Amino acid sequence: MYEFDFVKPSSVAEAVAALGEEEAQALGGGQTLIPTLKQRLASPSKLVSLGGIADMQGLRLDGADLNIGGATTHGTVAAEAAGSYPALAVLAGHIGDPAVRNRGTIGGSLANNDPAACYPAAALASGATIVTNAREIAADDYFDGLFTTALEEGEIITGVRFPVPEVANYQKFLQPASRFALVGVFVAKYADGVRVAVTGASEEGVFRWTEAEAALSGNFSADALDGLTVAADGMMADIHGTKAYRAHLVGVLAKRAVAASA
Amino acid sequence: MPKDSGIGASPKRREDNRFLTGTGNYTDDINLRGQAYVHFLRSDMAHGRITSIDTSAAAAMPGVVQIFTGADFEGVGGIPCGWQITDKHGEVMQEPAHPVLAQGKVRYVGDAIAAVVAETAEQARDAAEAIELDLEELPAVVDMKAALQEGSAKVHDDLTSNLCYDWGFVEENKPAVEEAFAKAAHVTTLELVNNRLIANPMEPRVAVGDFNRATGDSTLYTTSQNPHVIRLLMGAFVLGIPEHKLRVIAPDVGGGFGTKIFHYAEEAFCTFAAKALNRAVKWTSSRSEAFITDAHGRDHVTTIQLALDGDNNFTALRTDTHANMGAYLSTFAPSVPTWLHGTLMAGNYKTPLIYVNVKAVFTNTVPVDAYRGAGRPEATFQLERVIDKAARELGVDPIALRRQNFITEFPYATPVAVEYDTGDYHATMDKLEEIADLKGFAARRAASEAEGKVRGLGVNCYIEACGIAPSNLVGQLGARAGLYESATVRVNATGGLVVMTGSHSHGQGHETSFPQVIAEMIGIDESMVEIVHGDTANTPMGMGTYGSRSLAVGGSAMVRATEKIIAKAKKIAAHLMEAAEADIELKDGAFSVAGTDKSVAWGDVTLAAYVPHNYPLEDIEPGLEETAFYDPANFTYPSGAYACEVELDPDTGKVSIARFAAADDFGNIVNPMIVDGQVHGGIGQGIGQALLEAAVYDDDGQLLSASYMDYAMPRADDLPFYQVDHSCQTPCTHNPLGVKGCGEAGAIGSPPAVVNAVVDALQSMGREVTHVDMPLSPSRVWQAMQG
Repeated sequence: MYEFDFVKPSSVAEAVAALGEEEAQALGGGQTLIPTLKQRLASPSKLVSLGGIADMQGLRLDGADLNIGGATTHGTVAAEAAGSYPALAVLAGHIGDPAVRNRGTIGGSLANNDPAACYPAAALASGATIVTNAREIAADDYFDGLFTTALEEGEIITGVRFPVPEVANYQKFLQPASRFALVGVFVAKYADGVRVAVTGASEEGVFRWTEAEAALSGNFSADALDGLTVAADGMMADIHGTKAYRAHLVGVLAKRAVAASA
Repeated sequence: MPKDSGIGASPKRREDNRFLTGTGNYTDDINLRGQAYVHFLRSDMAHGRITSIDTSAAAAMPGVVQIFTGADFEGVGGIPCGWQITDKHGEVMQEPAHPVLAQGKVRYVGDAIAAVVAETAEQARDAAEAIELDLEELPAVVDMKAALQEGSAKVHDDLTSNLCYDWGFVEENKPAVEEAFAKAAHVTTLELVNNRLIANPMEPRVAVGDFNRATGDSTLYTTSQNPHVIRLLMGAFVLGIPEHKLRVIAPDVGGGFGTKIFHYAEEAFCTFAAKALNRAVKWTSSRSEAFITDAHGRDHVTTIQLALDGDNNFTALRTDTHANMGAYLSTFAPSVPTWLHGTLMAGNYKTPLIYVNVKAVFTNTVPVDAYRGAGRPEATFQLERVIDKAARELGVDPIALRRQNFITEFPYATPVAVEYDTGDYHATMDKLEEIADLKGFAARRAASEAEGKVRGLGVNCYIEACGIAPSNLVGQLGARAGLYESATVRVNATGGLVVMTGSHSHGQGHETSFPQVIAEMIGIDESMVEIVHGDTANTPMGMGTYGSRSLAVGGSAMVRATEKIIAKAKKIAAHLMEAAEADIELKDGAFSVAGTDKSVAWGDVTLAAYVPHNYPLEDIEPGLEETAFYDPANFTYPSGAYACEVELDPDTGKVSIARFAAADDFGNIVNPMIVDGQVHGGIGQGIGQALLEAAVYDDDGQLLSASYMDYAMPRADDLPFYQVDHSCQTPCTHNPLGVKGCGEAGAIGSPPAVVNAVVDALQSMGREVTHVDMPLSPSRVWQAMQG
C-alpha cells in the first residue's frame, strides 16, 4: 500500500473534521478498504478510523426500533441482536468468516454498498433509517446503484435504525468462490405490509421486489409467489451465474425466506 | 493387529511438529545479510509489442539498486523445456525461446517485462510503477481451435503457427482403429473439456539468490520440488554455472502439487542478479502474482469415441485432444498431454485398438504444465465418462460394463505402449461395492427424494502410471533428463542413520515414512533415522518428487543403499564374532551367528566401523556409508475404483457430495495413515476440479478468476467424510518394496465419479442430459436441468 496518515478520533465531530481534509478516507472495519489499499487501488492521504468513537458502538432497543451504532461489528450484531431481531442476527453471523465478522462493521458495509453484500438487503427490506452525522436517510432513498449511496463526501453513518418486523428471514445463495451472496433475499413482514429486498442479483444493486411484496402482503405464504418472476434483463452475469439463473434464484430464495419465516 | 513401528505402522508425522508450531523453515523465512528485494513489472496485456521502456525516472527513485529489462538478458540462456515431443510426421515440436525477461513482445498477462531491485520490497514496487512502458496491443490468442485457424495471430512470430506439435499415438494403429469403428455395433461419442486449474499451494513461490564473491559460488534458495533439477536446468541452460559452483536449496516447502516442479524465470533472475549486484536478491510472490505466474494445469478439449461390438465388448477407442501449452513451454509441459496421457488411455480395460491424437497449442495465457496427476486425470476423465455414457446409451449397468471389459491377466501389454505388471480390478471393484454400500443406494435415493433432493450415483475406475520412470524408456519418449532416484545412507558411529535422499518432501511425510522402512530392514527404532533432503550440497543427484515417485523410486534407492550397509555390517559382525559372513543374521537390531547364541548389537558394529581397532582392514574400508542410484525397470500402476453419491437441489442446481468411497490398490503400504491423508487430499482436489475450480480467460486474454473472489477452492464444508480402503494390494513386481505410489490417485480417480453421479441424478429427473462440463457449478447444473 501507499503511505498515508492515520487518525483515530474519539468523537463524531472530530471524525467529520478529519474527513474534511483533501483525500481523507473513513475507515470502518477495513474489510474492503484494506485489501484495496494493499492492491494499491486507492491512495488516500489519511485514514480516519471510526473504531474509537464510543457513540457509534453497540445495539439499543428503543420501543419498536433496534438502533445499531455505525461502527458495530457483524460479530456483535450476530451475538446481540439474536433476541431482538433474530433474522438480522443470523444475517450478520453469516457474513464472511469469524475474522471478517470481528472487524467488519454495519456502517462500513452500508457505506460501501457492494452489490453482493448482505446488509443492504436487510436495511432495505426493513425500511431502516440510515442515520448520519448530518441527517437521517430512509433506506428507500439511500441505495443508489453499485457502490453508490446518498452519502455526501465526508458524511459518516453513525447508526442504523431498524423497525423490528413481526417475522423476517434472509436467504443467501453463496457465490462459490467469494461466498458473498450470488443472490440474497430478505423478507420482512410488518403490520402494515411485507417488504422484500434482493441483493447480489441486479446490475442496479440492491432492490425491492415490489410484485412479491404486494402478493405477500395479501397472503404471507410461499404459494403466494407462484408464477411471479423477476426479469432476467437487468440482472448481473459473470462466471458464477447467468442473468437467467440469478433471476430464477430470486424466486427460489424469496419462497424459502417466506417459508422459513411464516 | 496393526503394527506400532516399521512398515505398515502409522506413527504420527514427525515433521508436523514443526509445521504446526510455526517452527518450519520456509524459503520466505530465509533472509540474508544485505539482501535486496526484486519486484517484477508484469504485463497487464495478454499480447503486445514492447515499443519502449524508459526506466530512467524509476531508477532515480529512493532505494533503487538496479533495474533490469530483457536487454540485460541478451546472451543469457532462456528457460529450457525438459521434454521434446516428436510429432506424427516425425518432426520435432516447435519450441519457442523463453527469455528470463520479455524481449520484444509480451505473451500473457503476468509476463515479466522488467525487474526492479531495491533496498526494500515496497521501494521496488514503487519504482516499478514509475517505469514508463509503451505496449502496442496485439490480438490475443486465447481459444485453442481458433489459434490453429489460418490467419490467426501468432503467439511467437518466429514459429510457423501456434501449433506446438500434432502427436499421433500409436500412429501405426490408426488404420486398424478406423476399421474397428467401421465395424462397430455401437459407437459412443463424447465431447468434453478438462477445465484449466491453478494449483494454489498454501505457500506461494519464493526465490532468494546469493553470491559469494570470495569463492565465486552462487546459491539459490527456492520453493522447489526438485532442487537438483533446478540446479541442472538453470546452471547448464540459463546461466552457464557448473554444478560445483551452484547450490540449490529447497527447504521446507508448503505444498507443490506439480506447480513447483518447474524451473521458473524468477529463480534464474534472482541467481543472476545476486551475482551481477554482488548481494542477495529476494523475490516473494504475492498470492495475486501466483495466479498469473504459477504454471496452470489441465486445459484440454477432447472428443472421445468408444466402439463396442454386439456383446458390449470394447473394440476400439479413439480420442482427439487440443492441449493448451500457454505462451511458453514450461519444463514438463509437452509430456503431459502425450506420454502421461496417451499411454493411459487403455485404462483398466482390454480395448485392443487405441488411437490418440493430441494437438498442443500456444496461446496468450500462463504456461500450462503438470498438476497433481498430470495427464492421467485427463485420460481417466474422458475414458470413464465415455464408458458411463455408453452404458446409459446401451441401457446396461455401468459397473457390469466395466467389469466385462476389465483386464484380468497380468502382466498385460496395452496397445498404448505400456505393460501393467500387476492389478486386480475386480477385487478393487468388489471392495468399492462393499465400502460404498452400493446396495443401500436405492434406499438413500428414496430418502433424498423425500426431502426434495435428487440423488445420483457415479462409479468409475482409474489406472495411473507412477514412479516415473525407467530412464532409457523416457529418453526414447523425449525426456531430456534421467528419472532415477538416489540415496546416501550414512550410519554414525553410535548407530544412528542419516538418509540423504534425492526425493523432496513438501507435504508427503517422507521424514516419517522413510525411517519406517529402514527401521524395518535393520530392526532398530525409527527415531534412530533422520531424513535429509532438499539441498544439492548434501544430497546425491536426484530428480525430486512428482508423479507419485518418491517411495517407489527414491525409497527403492534408499533400500538399495541400506542393503549395501547391511552387507558391509555383516562383514564387520562376522569379523567381531569370528564367524563366517554367510552365517550372520540380522534381526531386531542385532547380528547373530546362525545356530549359536553369539550376537553383537547394531551399535557395536557401527562403532567398530568408525573405531576400527578390531576390524578387517585388509578386506574392507572403515566407515559405514553407502550410496545407491535406482532406476526402475517399469512404471508402477496403482489402480482403483471410486464411487460418489451426490445430492442435487432441483431448485438451485447446487450439488452436494453426500458420500465418497475410494478403493485403491497401491501395492504394499508403508504408512496407512499417510496414505489415507494422500487419498483424502487428492479427492479434495478432484472434487475441487469437478465442482468448483476454473481458471477462466476472457477473449482478451484477461484472467477472470485471478483471485479467491472468483477462483473457488474447495473448503471443508464442500467435502464429505470419505470411505477409503487400500486393503486390495497387488504388489509392484519390480521394485524392492512392492509399492506403487499414492500421491495422485485421489485427484485422478475422483472427477469422473462426481460427474457420473451428477449425470445420473439429472437423468433420474428425466432430463436428457449426457454431459455437463466441469466445474459443475450450480448455474451450469441448473442450466442443464432446463434443457
